[in-house]
Amino acid sequence: MTKSRKETAPRVPMPNQPADERRRNFDEVALGYTREMAMQEAQRCLQCKKPKCVKGCPVEVPIPQFIAELAKGDVEKAYQVIKSTNSLPAVCGRVCPQEIQCEGACILGVKAEPVAIGRLERFVADEYMHMDACDLITAKPECPLIDEEKKVACIGSGPSSLTVAGYLASRGCKVTVFEALHEVGGVLVYGIPEFRLPKEKIVAKEVNALRELEVEFVTNFVGGKTFSIQDLFDQGYKAVFIGVGAGLPKFLRIPGENFNGVFSANEYLTRVNLGRAYDFPNYDTPIIRGRKVTVYGGGNVAMDAARTAQRLGAESVHIVYRRTADAMPARHEEIEHAVEEGIHLEVLANPVEFRGDERGCLTSVLLQRMELGEPDASGRRSPKPIPGNTYELETDLAVIAVGTNPNPVLLENEPDLKLNKWGYIQADETTGETSIPNVFAGGDIVTGAATVILAMGAGRRAAREIARRLGIPE
Amino acid sequence: MANTILKKERLIPGQTSKLVIHAPHIAAKAKPGNFVILRVNEKGERIPLTIADTDKEHGTITIVYLVLGKSTALLEELNEGDAILDLCGPLGKATHIRTGGTIICVGGGTGIAAMHHIAKGHHEAGNHVVAIIGARSKDLLLFEKELKSFCPEVLISTDDGSYGHKGLVTELLKDRLEKDTTVTEVVAVGPVPMMAAVARTTEPFGVYTTVSLNSIMVDGVGMCGACRVTVGGETRFACVDGPEFDGHKVDFAELRQRLAAFSPMEKQSYEHHCRCKCNDKK
Ligand SMILES: Cc1cc2nc3c(=O)[nH]c(=O)nc-3n(C[C@H](O)[C@H](O)[C@H](O)COP(=O)(O)OP(=O)(O)OC[C@H]3O[C@@H](n4cnc5c(N)ncnc54)[C@H](O)[C@@H]3O)c2cc1C
Ligand SMILES: Cc1cc2nc3c(=O)[nH]c(=O)nc-3n(C[C@H](O)[C@H](O)[C@H](O)COP(=O)(O)OP(=O)(O)OC[C@H]3O[C@@H](n4cnc5c(N)ncnc54)[C@H](O)[C@@H]3O)c2cc1C
Ligand code: SF4
Ligand code: FES
Repeated sequence: MTKSRKETAPRVPMPNQPADERRRNFDEVALGYTREMAMQEAQRCLQCKKPKCVKGCPVEVPIPQFIAELAKGDVEKAYQVIKSTNSLPAVCGRVCPQEIQCEGACILGVKAEPVAIGRLERFVADEYMHMDACDLITAKPECPLIDEEKKVACIGSGPSSLTVAGYLASRGCKVTVFEALHEVGGVLVYGIPEFRLPKEKIVAKEVNALRELEVEFVTNFVGGKTFSIQDLFDQGYKAVFIGVGAGLPKFLRIPGENFNGVFSANEYLTRVNLGRAYDFPNYDTPIIRGRKVTVYGGGNVAMDAARTAQRLGAESVHIVYRRTADAMPARHEEIEHAVEEGIHLEVLANPVEFRGDERGCLTSVLLQRMELGEPDASGRRSPKPIPGNTYELETDLAVIAVGTNPNPVLLENEPDLKLNKWGYIQADETTGETSIPNVFAGGDIVTGAATVILAMGAGRRAAREIARRLGIPE
Repeated sequence: MANTILKKERLIPGQTSKLVIHAPHIAAKAKPGNFVILRVNEKGERIPLTIADTDKEHGTITIVYLVLGKSTALLEELNEGDAILDLCGPLGKATHIRTGGTIICVGGGTGIAAMHHIAKGHHEAGNHVVAIIGARSKDLLLFEKELKSFCPEVLISTDDGSYGHKGLVTELLKDRLEKDTTVTEVVAVGPVPMMAAVARTTEPFGVYTTVSLNSIMVDGVGMCGACRVTVGGETRFACVDGPEFDGHKVDFAELRQRLAAFSPMEKQSYEHHCRCKCNDKK
């Protein structure tokens, strides 16, 4: 194939579950490439001498190399290449914002559509989900001997901690992960819904792979409550990684916010995902299903909440956002999927009051129409209210997805941990070390709510430094 | 084994039980005012229960619960030797204990057990603790013996007059506050209407009043906001900012409304449970 023909070849589309079916079930939306599709898409890669895609990837997956192996049909080799830097590719291939990372930087993207790197990663990862744990983590055929003396503790079990655990366990460290909830995986299990990231098929598999590497998971253990950081050192842990996520949900601070029927996205999604409330009453955790649902915010969390409500049988779901749709921070693909599923984007609108009945149940929301004004300091045109232009929307379930604050549970009880001006943990940029020696931190608790891959990148940096201090060769 | 029930005592048969649970990690850290979140089985809901006592030496915690719906009914089905699937704690802020004064601890219903641990904390800090406890009738009264073991005064009221003063705990409280000016704090734990009534009673006396709020919780570690309550016009999270708050500032009406948020589903859940049990028996 000549180069010019390659450039014009269209991107291989991703097969999806049809919108009118999937809006009523929790099965995965994107079905994944077949081998033929993956090979065909892999052929589009230019194999650039100076590829830009790798720089766009926070964990620096050697993208052209893995695509080259895939294009040759050597999926196993491709998998090893990815695994050399990314310990959770099946997760990343599903939830990474590729369009602003690797794919956003892809040279092919200048003239045509960029290579579908994320979909290829997902294909390769899924093909090898069944592989042996040691291979999965290390791309090496044998399990390392675990040295019980090289003990490392991770607090929280989200992607940052899982990455630390994978990196260190595959180098012979004894890692224990402490999780406050009863299930392991952090936002991957309680936040991101099943239809985007299957819990059993994907997350549990990745966690089990770590278990086989003798990573110990201790659930129902709360850092700052059940144990302190000092307790861990007293028990012989040589280093501690804190990956407790961002936590505490923000509310809108408007009247009526505590009416029954108004939820934070965290509560709503936790009830459904962790509590399996979609299968109530077979599972005991209840949820208000909502007939006319409104969701506030424009990020991935808002999309997930809205699409979950749709699947729980809502008649209508509105996402209320004060700017325009193109300014929504959610992944483009997720917005598109939401709209296909029948979700309304109620843009240039801002909630000012929730209204309820005499029993304290939510009945409607008062919205303020907005317009775009002058660009603010960040260069985005800031929305401002159109005076006198308000309207009421009927709603019996409101889900607030406007971000989170740092969770105080651990921080309050560890006063030696220096925080930055936003209240997140201050950590060294290259090593992840905090103000307490040999205590590292990474992920959302350092950056504020961010992404899976950034949390993994932080985990990787910290793990590398911990390994160095434990005298483990590169 | 962790989370094993070492001792079960049916305090009020079919209604209230006390469990002594092997949980050395929690026992080691638990302070008065703390609670646990537990899940009875794989499909269970996460529910909060106060730590009513601890025995650090034997590594146990005590909980006392009222059988209300499905989750507590499941708990009631467990026996000595069984283990609770998930037990997480100690959660919440510990009781703020000031020293030097008379503290009146008011308890109602199952709340007496929770109040007992708080009273004990105040006692151990050297305060003069007066306990006022109440129930509908004599056989529904809990923890009288336990409280008497360290409280110099235990005042009792029953609605039907079958034991102690006939009437409400707030009557005993008011009476005491009128006579005694050394009272520095009143603590109330019990049903929401009772705590609200205690707060109303103490307000004219200007005595600081602590209440322990039983809002609905999911994670119990500050992640979901289910437990939010309005205190002094501000939204606070009962699981991480509380569960104890200044009773004069709490919006009790809102708390009551929020506690009813899931009532139709709770009923459905309970009925589903009973139906399944009947089917099992067939
Ligand atoms: C609904 C939703 C959708 C999202 N969608 C995407 C997406 O599509 N793509 C993407 O890249 N990112 C997405 N994100 C963001 C992404 O999930 C997070 O950035 C990422 O999970 C952060 O990882 P983490 O390791 O910092 O911790 P988290 O995943 O936040 O996990 C932290 C864990 O620590 C536990 N914990 C907290 N405190 C304690 C304590 N004191 N002791 C013990 N354990 C504790 C928590 O229970 C939790 O399990 C989404 C987030 C949400 C909420
Ligand atoms: C900090 C705290 C400490 C508590 N301590 C005790 C205690 O020591 N002894 C005791 O008997 N009870 C205690 N409770 C209340 C106890 O959690 C509820 O009685 C229990 O969750 C009811 O569950 P259920 O499934 O049996 O009943 P359901 O049928 O689900 O509900 C019955 C009622 O219990 C309340 N409730 C339901 N779910 C929850 C939930 N997840 N969290 C809180 N309340 C809920 C609601 O008011 C509801 O109307 C405490 C609550 C809190 C917040
Ligand atoms: S930049 Fe794009 S085309 Fe170039 S190597 Fe990377 S993926 Fe292939
Ligand atoms: S119970 Fe979730 S924040 Fe308090």
